[in-house]
Amino acid sequence: MMSIADSTQFLCFLALSAAVLFGALGVVLLPNIVYSAFLLGGVFLAVSGLYLLLNASFVAAAQMMIYVGAVNVLILFAIMLVNKKETLAVIPGLALRRILSGAVCAGLLGLLLRVDFTTPWALPGPPSIGDGATIRIGEHLFSDYLLPFELASVLLLMAMIGAIVLARRDVFTSDVITGEEADQGLIEKTRTPLLIKKNLQIQPLLEKTP
Amino acid sequence: MSLSPVLAFTLPATVPLQGFLAVAAVLFCTGVWGLINSRNAVRVLMSIELMLNAVNINLMAFSSYLDGQLIRGQVFTIFVITVAAAEAAVGLAILLSLYRNRETVDMERFNLLRW
Repeated sequence: MMSIADSTQFLCFLALSAAVLFGALGVVLLPNIVYSAFLLGGVFLAVSGLYLLLNASFVAAAQMMIYVGAVNVLILFAIMLVNKKETLAVIPGLALRRILSGAVCAGLLGLLLRVDFTTPWALPGPPSIGDGATIRIGEHLFSDYLLPFELASVLLLMAMIGAIVLARRDVFTSDVITGEEADQGLIEKTRTPLLIKKNLQIQPLLEKTP
Repeated sequence: MSLSPVLAFTLPATVPLQGFLAVAAVLFCTGVWGLINSRNAVRVLMSIELMLNAVNINLMAFSSYLDGQLIRGQVFTIFVITVAAAEAAVGLAILLSLYRNRETVDMERFNLLRW
């Protein structure tokens, strides 16, 4: 006779899967993007719970710190910075496009599920290493995956510098002629969007400020 | 405390590998649909994160079930998480730059290189 303790793992899997799938649907479908961002944090947390079910405590902790702590917060900051009420222009055939892409995605899902349930996986594999996973990951990172590990650090440095350069505002802090301090809010308002103008010459930014 | 025989028969003690793969497949397809159909650029980035998480679940499931001793899938997942963090930072910086230049986050209006 099975007790409920024997199937706790399976019940946890069902709950976490439901959280992941409904959260993902909410991320994609909810009209308010702030709710989407918070649901995305919930999806990340549920995925880290799935990693815990797979005996991978280190990766679960990394997922929680990097995805929930860094990526999700970054997305929330981006939403706060670009959150402007705008009425979207009506695109002809949008509903048809959604239905067609939904059909394509459903077909892809059917294909993936068919591969999933018909492939004879080589089960059972070798026994799981369990709690020694963290030690084994450390051994991998400093022996046979040393070069990708170092390249990842270079990549992170490049991404950090690139993000700073891309997101920086290129405005002068003082008037180039009179030398007085410029009003930053006024610059933002009077500045014309660069890509809309036909001639891409650099305009003197402070021309219109008094 | 024991459950009724019917319920006890239907609930397995361990999770099969196929369960994790099915969850990952559904998550990936949701991400693809959102990537195609979102009109807000931030939501497109969120959909990419969903797809990356689906791939990570796949890697972790195979690593645990088929490669239990040398967990190479977990190392791969660490690298994917690293690259995803870098991607999110650069993607959001590009988005902010775009928003400053075009005053919108509507994907349908980012068509400068289209034709």
